[in-house]
Amino acid sequence: MTESAAAPARTPEAEHPLRAVVLAGGLTFEREVSLSSGTQVVEELTRAGLDAELRDADAELLPGLAASPADAVFIALHGATGEDGALRAVLDLAGVPYVGSPAAACRLAWDKPAAKSVVRSAGITTPDWVALPHSTFRELGAGTVLDLMVARLGLPLMVKPASGGSALGVQKISRVEDLPAAMVSCFAYGDTVMVERYVEGVEVALAVIDLGDGPQALPAVEIAPESGVFDYTARYTPGLTEYHAPARIADDVAARAAALAVRVHEVLGLADLSRTDAMVTPDGEVHFLEVNVSPGLTETSMFPMAVEAAGHDLGDVIAQLLAARAGRAR
Amino acid sequence: MKSSEIRALFSVVSRPEVVSLAGGMPAVTALPLDAVGSMIGDLVSGMGAQTLQYGSGQGDPRLRERICDVMALEGITDASPSEVVVTVGSQQGLDLVTRVFVDPGDVILAEAPSYVGALGVFQSAQARVRHVAMDDDGLIPEALEEALIECRANGDRVKFLYTVPNFHNPAGVTLTEPRRQAIVALAEKYDLLVIEDNPYGLLGFEHEPLRALRARNSERVIYLGSFSKTFSPGLRVGWVLAPLAVREKLVLATEAQVLCPPSLTQYAVARYLDTQPWREQIKLFTELYRERRDACLESLSALMPEGTTWTRPDGGFYVWLKLPSGLDAKLMQPRAVNALVAYVPGIGFYADGSGQEYMRLSYCYPEPDQIREGVRRLARVIEAELDLHSTFDAVDTGTFRAVRPGADGGFTGSGTIVGPANSNAYEGGR
Repeated sequence: MTESAAAPARTPEAEHPLRAVVLAGGLTFEREVSLSSGTQVVEELTRAGLDAELRDADAELLPGLAASPADAVFIALHGATGEDGALRAVLDLAGVPYVGSPAAACRLAWDKPAAKSVVRSAGITTPDWVALPHSTFRELGAGTVLDLMVARLGLPLMVKPASGGSALGVQKISRVEDLPAAMVSCFAYGDTVMVERYVEGVEVALAVIDLGDGPQALPAVEIAPESGVFDYTARYTPGLTEYHAPARIADDVAARAAALAVRVHEVLGLADLSRTDAMVTPDGEVHFLEVNVSPGLTETSMFPMAVEAAGHDLGDVIAQLLAARAGRAR
Repeated sequence: MKSSEIRALFSVVSRPEVVSLAGGMPAVTALPLDAVGSMIGDLVSGMGAQTLQYGSGQGDPRLRERICDVMALEGITDASPSEVVVTVGSQQGLDLVTRVFVDPGDVILAEAPSYVGALGVFQSAQARVRHVAMDDDGLIPEALEEALIECRANGDRVKFLYTVPNFHNPAGVTLTEPRRQAIVALAEKYDLLVIEDNPYGLLGFEHEPLRALRARNSERVIYLGSFSKTFSPGLRVGWVLAPLAVREKLVLATEAQVLCPPSLTQYAVARYLDTQPWREQIKLFTELYRERRDACLESLSALMPEGTTWTRPDGGFYVWLKLPSGLDAKLMQPRAVNALVAYVPGIGFYADGSGQEYMRLSYCYPEPDQIREGVRRLARVIEAELDLHSTFDAVDTGTFRAVRPGADGGFTGSGTIVGPANSNAYEGGR
């Protein structure tokens, strides 16, 4: 971690330290991860000289922000509300500046199949997929539809909820007879399941930040789960996954991965920060998997690793993003 | 879904929007909090030299006397304070007993299902748990005998039977009088030690407490008691009643672990028993829990889909619910959290990975209206899950081959279909 040369972030017209409210928690499966992220951000911001406070996204939030306004808000909420654009739309209504992507872009990125469509339309490679609601299987016959999926997409398949993060509900399925149970399990997380062709390769997390000079990719973080699949347990149990930052990939591949992440950030209309998850195949091709508008910021998260690998300080980066948002209207 | 995912789901339970039928938290706000507060304040201001000091490893003698008075309510009239070891909750008592008796690889017999906190203790002692079947009348003596014979035939060292005879956690059932006699007789016949864990015994709704197993045999039964449900779990005061030879080892073990149980909370419990109407308070608790149990059972009867069954506890905190065939309580949990209702999946109460079709519902903490709303939400979750299963269960995959020639599953890059079925950006080489 580099030492910060910057003075503590301050609002342009005031001497008091910039007051930041960090939103974490929420009412989703990812509450625990979000609280870890938020706590980490508050610690980093406090170290960077800001007046940072952690708050949940609950009924107290808006009255609290009205009574004691923040210079800017940092959203460390994962899952719905925090990432689907809804909370950001409400902050827009309330005129509260916040770091991160605007509501409409979040709504698009949150819907993994829709985001993949947009990304593919922009010429970016992404594994083939199909996304279907439960009603389609019920009406057309589950066996028939599942067989079609396998015939078209092959095996193994990745089965994942069409929205949501932290790899909750994600499964790799190698046998057709395991698909029905996987569908039952995955539909418990949401109404639509996305089934995606499995791509063998090295999984990388590609962080992008925009400190005012346009989106810049940070060094790729390579993910090497012990089990071979980067599921929830592998992601949040220390020691079950090895990370390499920067990733152990050739320079030209790393450059293509970086360009892909910046392009994804741009075509989806994202702002300030994002993390694209991608797979690098043995032939060096980079496949877009999904993008996260509120990347995890826990001690085992990839975004902070990328920031550190780039020689930045996480607290300084977030403080700069907050200061920029505090100083200009959205 | 792994345990870490379950923890993640449970983090949502703290939000007020969620009706939690998961945690077994006693309704401590029903205590006379002002009286307890001034009582504890007096203990510090008036007796700080004792209450803030180290104490005896075995526990405060005055408290041990009062513990004997409490146990007499369940027929244990021959207990001596010298046989009592005060512990940090009965959980520490169980840990001590397990440390004293169990070596890695030993077998512990426990009801199916069994208290999850006990299974954790047994697991850390590297014991093997052999579950014994129970029904609405509690542990089945014939099943216990069968297990003992089987273990002997296998050459397994059975160290003890662990049982929660009253208002079982999680099953909610109570061991009947005839079965109590039968279990004690089997213990004598097979030279079996019994660990009787009895945190809920005084919280019966329908009848006076049944005589404890320990009241029937003082040599083969080690009794674990607790003030967590009758007074306060936050004070962490429990106890073990054991024959003197065992007690000696327990005291040595507890001194190695914690030196002594906390003095202040021991004094608090003793003072509470001396000065507060604790028997009336227990009646107040049971009335409150009975009302909540009634709300839970009435809602379950009115709302649960066909094929769902549950126990009818006549005391304690828990209902044990069995889902319709094929449903898995753990896999269903994300849907339940989405619907803002929480329960504990049954699988945690089995050491052998079974119990998928069960869940534990706790009625002790939410108000009756919240319980009704929680059961309403749960019923909808189960109905949705049944609908999902009707689509995917017994699906015959691998038979449909009506894919057009040339559209095989080989990976051909961006030229192959497949796009989102619900998107107008659907593209590719159809």
